[in-house]
Amino acid sequence: MNSFTEKVDVCIVGAGHAGCEAALACARLGLKTVIFTVSVDSIALMPCNPNIGGSSKGHLVREIDALGGEMGKNIDKTFIQSKMLNISKGPAVHSLRAQADKADYTRAMRTVLENQKHLTIKQAEVCEILVEETSRGKKVTGLKTFTGAVYECQAVVLCTGTYLNARCLCGEAITYTGPNGLQAATHLTNCLRNLGIEIARFKTGTPARMDGRSIDYSKMEEQFGDEKVVPFSYSTDPESIQKEQVSCWLTYTNEKTHEIIRNNLDRSPIYAGIIEGTGPRYCPSIEDKVVKFAEKERHQVFLEPEGIHTNEMYVGGMSSSLPEDVQLAMYRTVPGLENCKIVRNAYAIEYDCINARQLNPSLEFKNIKGLFSGGQLNGSSGYEEAAAQGLVAGVNAAMMIKGKEPLILDRSESYIGVLIDDLVTKDNREPYRMMTSRAEYRLLLRQDNADLRLREKGYQVGLISEEQFQALRFKKVQIAQEIERLKNTSLGASKKVQEFLEAHGSSGLRTAASLAELICRPEISYELLAELDLERQPLPKDVIEQVEIEIKYEGYIIRQLRQVEQYKKMERKAIPENLDYDQVPSLRLEARQKLKMFRPVSVGQASRISGVSPADVSVLLVYLEHIKNH
Amino acid sequence: MKTDTIAAIATGMSDSGISIIRISGDAAIEVVDKIFYANKGKKKLQDVPSHTVHYGHIIDPSTENNLSIVDEVMVSVFRNPKSYTTEDTVEINCHGGSLMTNHILELVLKAGARLAQPGEFTKRAFLNGRIDLSKAEAVIDIIHSKNEYALKNSVRQLKGSVSEAVRRLRDEILYEIAFIESALDDPEHISLDGYTQKLYDKNEDILNRIKSLIDSVDNGRLVKDGIHTVIVGKPNAGKSSLLNLLAGEERAIVTEIAGTTRDILEENINMQGISLNVIDTAGIRETEDVVERIGVEKARKYAQDADLIIYVADSSVPLDENDKSIMRIIGDKKCIALLNKTDLEQVVTEKILFDSLRDHALNEIRIIKTSTKENVGINEFEKAVKDLFFKGEIGTGDQVCITNLRHKEALMDAYESLIQVKNSLINEMPEDFYSIDLMSAYASLGTIIGEEVGEDLVNEIFSKFCMGK
Repeated sequence: MNSFTEKVDVCIVGAGHAGCEAALACARLGLKTVIFTVSVDSIALMPCNPNIGGSSKGHLVREIDALGGEMGKNIDKTFIQSKMLNISKGPAVHSLRAQADKADYTRAMRTVLENQKHLTIKQAEVCEILVEETSRGKKVTGLKTFTGAVYECQAVVLCTGTYLNARCLCGEAITYTGPNGLQAATHLTNCLRNLGIEIARFKTGTPARMDGRSIDYSKMEEQFGDEKVVPFSYSTDPESIQKEQVSCWLTYTNEKTHEIIRNNLDRSPIYAGIIEGTGPRYCPSIEDKVVKFAEKERHQVFLEPEGIHTNEMYVGGMSSSLPEDVQLAMYRTVPGLENCKIVRNAYAIEYDCINARQLNPSLEFKNIKGLFSGGQLNGSSGYEEAAAQGLVAGVNAAMMIKGKEPLILDRSESYIGVLIDDLVTKDNREPYRMMTSRAEYRLLLRQDNADLRLREKGYQVGLISEEQFQALRFKKVQIAQEIERLKNTSLGASKKVQEFLEAHGSSGLRTAASLAELICRPEISYELLAELDLERQPLPKDVIEQVEIEIKYEGYIIRQLRQVEQYKKMERKAIPENLDYDQVPSLRLEARQKLKMFRPVSVGQASRISGVSPADVSVLLVYLEHIKNH
Repeated sequence: MKTDTIAAIATGMSDSGISIIRISGDAAIEVVDKIFYANKGKKKLQDVPSHTVHYGHIIDPSTENNLSIVDEVMVSVFRNPKSYTTEDTVEINCHGGSLMTNHILELVLKAGARLAQPGEFTKRAFLNGRIDLSKAEAVIDIIHSKNEYALKNSVRQLKGSVSEAVRRLRDEILYEIAFIESALDDPEHISLDGYTQKLYDKNEDILNRIKSLIDSVDNGRLVKDGIHTVIVGKPNAGKSSLLNLLAGEERAIVTEIAGTTRDILEENINMQGISLNVIDTAGIRETEDVVERIGVEKARKYAQDADLIIYVADSSVPLDENDKSIMRIIGDKKCIALLNKTDLEQVVTEKILFDSLRDHALNEIRIIKTSTKENVGINEFEKAVKDLFFKGEIGTGDQVCITNLRHKEALMDAYESLIQVKNSLINEMPEDFYSIDLMSAYASLGTIIGEEVGEDLVNEIFSKFCMGK
């Protein structure tokens, strides 16, 4: 047997979106890091949709960037169309989404990894996590690859995505591969089980890719990108990325399509019961849509380019696991796809993942010191969700090694905090997708202020430079001073003012009003007000944006801040790691069982576990107070 | 640490002469100052020293000139940290009677306090280090059992149409939130064009319906929390002894002379978490005594309105005409029969009573042997009441109205949130702003029927709207 042994600091298992962020974070924090992948060609692969961002996912990318992650920078380099969604709605739900050139995206990320100091890429299947028993429980000591090589390290970050015991289904045809026909990882699950880790099985799916030359776009509506592109990354100069963009195309299914699907449901692996894994409701296959929303006469279909140097088009909205012949027949009923040729068939994929309640909010396993987990393995779905967790898991592996406090974001400061808290606290029975409705304090968690919320944390862990941090502090001062000035500058009801207001459809002043009060009016903006605001100094665009939002929505923001205050009170009440719930008098049985299972880190987290009632929380509070005093 | 300010009625809910409302928290004094009027408005509690008592009036500040006098009161002020909770505490001694007391409590809540949870004053006293563990452990049990049963109790209490109405309101609100949220999360598939007018109309409709529920409280149909329970039996069967035993103190005068209880005695008793509103009636017998006859008539009337009748039979003397007329009063009401005085020689056996009840009352009735004198059979009796209650066989009347201040508070909160929605709509705010207030309204209504928000929204989005790539 191979006796090759190497000593490093951290090993990252998997080089998808989570693995890349985890590896870069560790290496950038100065740790000797190895990233393992079954195929170097699949680094940062986008095996499903060809875009990054979208509602709430765009927020995640911004937050990753604010903390010092890579995803935002990489999509800024490789996008081929960009759009700010929900622009007609409130600033909290504006969300950036960009179509990526998939091949470019992968290549660009690989280049970053290859040039990162302290980071080594290794193509190998990891089969075993090595642990030792210590007086304080299990502790990671390294890992072993299929070829027998041993890597000794202090921390391992698992980012195995959809590769563990993966199987792909296209009707009756089943292959035991990962996405895109890549090799599955078949050994690691058993090792995880032996370590006492509870495994679940999830499924997801992807639609077909068409040969672009076989599509008749004249029957579809063209979808353009924004005229002025906004970058994802705070480090990208907006002017540097204005470029010609490609279009996407919109068409619709019809009754004929639905009929074909209904007639062949018995050949769908899901409806025939062949698929065991639980699939996501938010990303239903076309079969699901037709069955569950039988009353809908048509469903939207988006044709999206997979890249600039390929003809392949992604058929958004029609993922499926029906057999090949049914797929072709069904796609060909869609206007514009009458003569389509399928390059890659649609398929469903099943894979092993873990129950994430076994993790601390730092994404370290509660029972195995040094073992971290991020991405789809934790039961999430989506590139952005994966990257966000990868970043946090990587940072925390580094923090553990350096003996520093872990990076834990809470629900009131970031979507990442909501994501991780939901994953480790709730009983997730399907792949978890981020949604704006999951964020209770979303008026505060906007994509436009991710830097104000999180840069300082990125700086504290060491991923944000001194220079970037000073720039942030300066920005905060500018915002505060300008708001102060607008609140303290009044206008009288002069003729000029009244004429200005009338001209913009706003009612006249009866008494003096501050500039801020005028900005509060829906029809008046900061920009319009320049005419009356003579002392105004020029300010950067992003500063003006914050000033305007904070003034216009002040009432709402204050209300949310008040809610946050309440929430934080409970969040700050820590529960000792070794609390024996059997010693807490009066807890109901169900609550006792759930608390023992989840082992929440704070009373706030405990209160979000289903089955723990407000009365149980009171009991817990009293008990904690008691042991503190004695 | 800053604490919010809580208030509750500190005395029992009986119609006693004086009731006390206790208010504790950072704003306690400020809150009471808003509704306390003394020395022509010149005296402010803010200025008075700790541990002093003040004479004055409670006023309703929402009325014209603030001068509608509600009650004449004595108010005690205890300043932090020398109070029961160690926080600023005010106690209002007002005239008793549940209507008056509740009215003043409502004014206190309107002035900025919130309703305290069961055991919350004591919990604060403990958390602030004011009382020791032995007391605190008792509190843990109180917090627990009260919450546990109070919730079921109040859910149970909301029979039929009110809980149905609340549920319907919630469903309708949730549908609107889910629609907005799915459009925000999937803007390319779901459009909000033209939606605001529709929502405005819907919101108005819901506001009106909540308003009428709130009005049902204000109509004075207020607040006798608990199951209407009437104790009946012929004179000297042991009814008052039973009441004293349940209440844990001497309330009724107990003597060997039949007919000692001439008035109706009422007591709110918490039995294993279930709130019983027990009326002890004068013994029912054919009588010449005018005063006593009035009492007997009242007893019949109370028995007719009761949710539960407790029939106390004296096992030491034979059943007579009085017993039979009582059995006829029971009719088809839920009833538990106590064969009392087992400490004496048995004249009436369980079988005799059973047969007689079968002949005169309409339902099968559970019989429990007791001795109120020696405290025998009381546990079994309490368990029987609990069983009936949780099997849903007894509740608190079939008339539907909001009878509980906590419910009212929740309705008011929901109403306020929907007013915010309305304002946002009028000000043409974007959709994501009002969905937040819709959610608050949804959560507030949920507290009435004991349901939390949890994953409701996400489930509704996926079940009603087709999302996704």
